[in-house]
Amino acid sequence: MNASKPFTEFHPRWFRQRPSTYWWLWKWAYLRFVLRELSSLAVAWCVVLTLLQARALAAGAAPYADLQDWLRTPWVALLNAVCLSFLMFHSITWFQLAPRAMVVRLGGWRVPDALIIAGNFAAWFAASAAVAWLALGAGR
Amino acid sequence: MPETIQLQVARYSPERDTAPSFQSFEVPCPNDWTVLDGLNHIKDKLDGSLAYRWSCRMGICGSCGMMVNGEPKLTCGTFLSAYVPGPVRVEPLVNFPVVRDLVVEVSDFMRKLRSVKPWLIRDDADAAATEEYRQTPAQLDAYRQYSMCINCLLCYAACPVYGLDPLFAGPAAIALAQRYNLDSRDQGAAQRMTVLSSHEAIWGCTFVGECTEVCPKHVDPAGAIQRYKLAAASEWFKHFLMPWGKSEGK
Repeated sequence: MNASKPFTEFHPRWFRQRPSTYWWLWKWAYLRFVLRELSSLAVAWCVVLTLLQARALAAGAAPYADLQDWLRTPWVALLNAVCLSFLMFHSITWFQLAPRAMVVRLGGWRVPDALIIAGNFAAWFAASAAVAWLALGAGR
Repeated sequence: MPETIQLQVARYSPERDTAPSFQSFEVPCPNDWTVLDGLNHIKDKLDGSLAYRWSCRMGICGSCGMMVNGEPKLTCGTFLSAYVPGPVRVEPLVNFPVVRDLVVEVSDFMRKLRSVKPWLIRDDADAAATEEYRQTPAQLDAYRQYSMCINCLLCYAACPVYGLDPLFAGPAAIALAQRYNLDSRDQGAAQRMTVLSSHEAIWGCTFVGECTEVCPKHVDPAGAIQRYKLAAASEWFKHFLMPWGKSEGK
């Protein structure tokens, strides 16, 4: 084959079909992928929320109490619940995919995929427990 | 088990049609018949004008990949009995131009495959070989999975990125490049890095992962691409920290 002959690329008699705009609705795997990509918006919202909390905390007790009140309003609570489920979905699917990208070898032994996934989950739970301890227990 | 099953086969004649249509055929449905056996029956007994590719009938040549009820499949390994009572819809692989009936044009893949240099590259290629390049079982194990690719292109049909962006190098070409990158005898990883680390190669992949799901040889192209992303990122980082250092490419 000669790469200098691109004339076959636009052959008039071949039938070409462009993918549908809704290709991601054809299969659950495609929809799951799109949902995982969309979950980055939930991550962004959590970052914004953390920055808002930090700013309110720096401003003093009254602004922080105002923010707490705002966070208790139904639509914000609903938004955060939706974001939390997206974050869970994002984390769980990514942890399950981690062994595909990482091949870990200890000496000549290849660490099994299940162990890599378990390590990610263990780190996640440890970090969550540390945050929960700081938020709920350390101040009392 | 019914005696026959209906195959709805995509037909496209470039001289006559503007778009493919479907033609139905009743074919025998014994337990051991595959979709390819059904197509061969049509070709032999019902309509000799049907065009499709096949060769080995044992999942080695990679010629008979088609869409079976919307899923990319090797038709020689897909049994009709799994689709009883039917019908079974057989179409050409999506994401490729259709030449005729079930035959697709694959020159684009062949060009991309060659661009990643899927062969052993040696610094001492001009020197006469005096002994074989030995490998340990562990060294063989590092790339063997990726060497199982039979270029059947089911992964390209399953990949929405390739469908949306025809410039994307695609799963099989990258997996085969990785096959040689991981081979202890190869010294060409730095040469492949230029092609593979472009936006149209590994960074075009969004990790949908369906290429791995449909692969009949369990090659895991999605895994190969993600591993190469790690390698390319660490190589860039090393070069960023030590621009005077020699790039290893591996």
